[in-house]
Amino acid sequence: MKGNEALAEAAIRAGCKCFFGYPITPQTEVAAYFAKKLPKVGGTFLQAESEVAAINMVYGAAAAGVRTMTSSSSPGISLKTEGISYICGADLPCVIINVQRGGPGLGGIQPSQADYFQATRALGHGDSRVIVFAPSSVQEMVNVVNDAFNLADTYRMPAMILADGLLGQMMEPVEFPETEAKTFDKPWATTGHANAREHNIANSLYLKPDVLEKSIIDRAARYAEIEKEHTKADCYLTDDAEIVVCAYGATARICKSAVNAAREKGIKAGLFRPVTLWPYPKKELIKASENAKCLLTVEMSTGQMIEDVKLSIDCKKPVHFYGRTGGIIPTPAEVLEQIEKLTGEGV
Amino acid sequence: MIYIIIGHYGSGKTNFACNLAEKLSVDGSTAIVDLDIVNPYFRTADYTRELEAAGVKVIASDFQTSTLDIPSLTFDINALTGDFDNLIIDAGGDDEGAKVLGRYKNAFSDKPKTILYVVNFRRYLTRTAEDALEILREIEAVSGVRADTIVNNTNLAEETTAQTIIDSDNECQKLSNLSGIKNIITVIPENITLTVKNPFTVKIIVNKPWN
Repeated sequence: MKGNEALAEAAIRAGCKCFFGYPITPQTEVAAYFAKKLPKVGGTFLQAESEVAAINMVYGAAAAGVRTMTSSSSPGISLKTEGISYICGADLPCVIINVQRGGPGLGGIQPSQADYFQATRALGHGDSRVIVFAPSSVQEMVNVVNDAFNLADTYRMPAMILADGLLGQMMEPVEFPETEAKTFDKPWATTGHANAREHNIANSLYLKPDVLEKSIIDRAARYAEIEKEHTKADCYLTDDAEIVVCAYGATARICKSAVNAAREKGIKAGLFRPVTLWPYPKKELIKASENAKCLLTVEMSTGQMIEDVKLSIDCKKPVHFYGRTGGIIPTPAEVLEQIEKLTGEGV
Repeated sequence: MIYIIIGHYGSGKTNFACNLAEKLSVDGSTAIVDLDIVNPYFRTADYTRELEAAGVKVIASDFQTSTLDIPSLTFDINALTGDFDNLIIDAGGDDEGAKVLGRYKNAFSDKPKTILYVVNFRRYLTRTAEDALEILREIEAVSGVRADTIVNNTNLAEETTAQTIIDSDNECQKLSNLSGIKNIITVIPENITLTVKNPFTVKIIVNKPWN
């Protein structure tokens, strides 16, 4: 399947009943697939008049207790951030997909990883966080959609899947797990009180400082639990690695080829690939880089994840960077050259 | 001869078209036209260097020098149809991608041509002959061309085996019966040994950056 279609099919299987979106390259197939399939399973697909409208429709559906999703690409996500912050403030679960393209502004339509800072730090104001998954294959896109819905429902907050144009557009074989979608009790949902209970109100406005402070502290406690319990990373040949390459998404696939080529040349290289970007898998990286003399972060940006890599290891080892931007994808040969340069220097 | 390649997006049209172009260029002047103005990823134009090395002229839509984020056509197909022994036209995916063919159907109407419908029966939306026929009819309705050949390009990318192709034979025959298209070509990746009627051996040209 195509990456974008796999995201949509996985969401439908995870029980997503409402999709609201607005077309943008390179993620339009997500919406196109929902448009075709969602009505057949009793769901609602709606192409909104704008990204801002779409995210507010997600806000409404989430408040009503429905599994709901929106999808866009970089400039569209920027438009959605106001709504995402409101959803965080109202403690509502939803899943947001970003199939990244170039930026800033309209940027370009080729793949990019330049929205890392936005995804992990700036999807909303006001001490809010969003769980961020970074799949690196079409199969993993399928797997993380289910995880994203489950974590979003468990912690009543948005989860994002941060892909890129290459992952969204490429074809790979996939298998869908036969598991039933998990269901969650949502006593807070605005489903009509029928004079049998108090009103449920979905809102992000708290005018009393002590009430607002309490809501922020409660949220921070949930964030702390997520940071403790839900980090995920994939380590490849890191046990004896003297140089650990850190990369996520499609770039990690390129780095894996480079690590294999380095091993063939007798260089002890390994790959650390975070699957969750927030929470960042700090303890996993500390372990993966135990024997490393240095780390090399590779991104399709000018260097964003490198900050989390440095923070994770408390800057105890040198962390180098290699990146391409503008829609240019680094090649395995370029990454290998960096590995050779760093290990040749005596690391 | 004009070869018009149509199919579901992601069916492997571009890889088939590039291979066809390279083979035809051995015996005559050959050009490939990238007519995909819908999707800017995994396009014929991305393989210009390899194709030109094989002697194929690549004529592609333009999207990087315009202010639009969709490709636009900056050439005249009417004029091209007489310039080459072989003209391969790689249309965009689905009915949306093939719509542009309708604009040019008069340019092809009195020329010798073949319309090849590429189908991958392991593709999620074309698992059955019925699904594949529905997409074919949608493409034909907007493009004004009717397929005369089925290109069975059933594959699972790197996981393709001879069995993957053998297993698709039933659905392909069924599609042939339902559509009335008798001519079937079976695509065989060059690393797979399989004897079939009308085989077409391909190398993987459309590839991922880490392979």
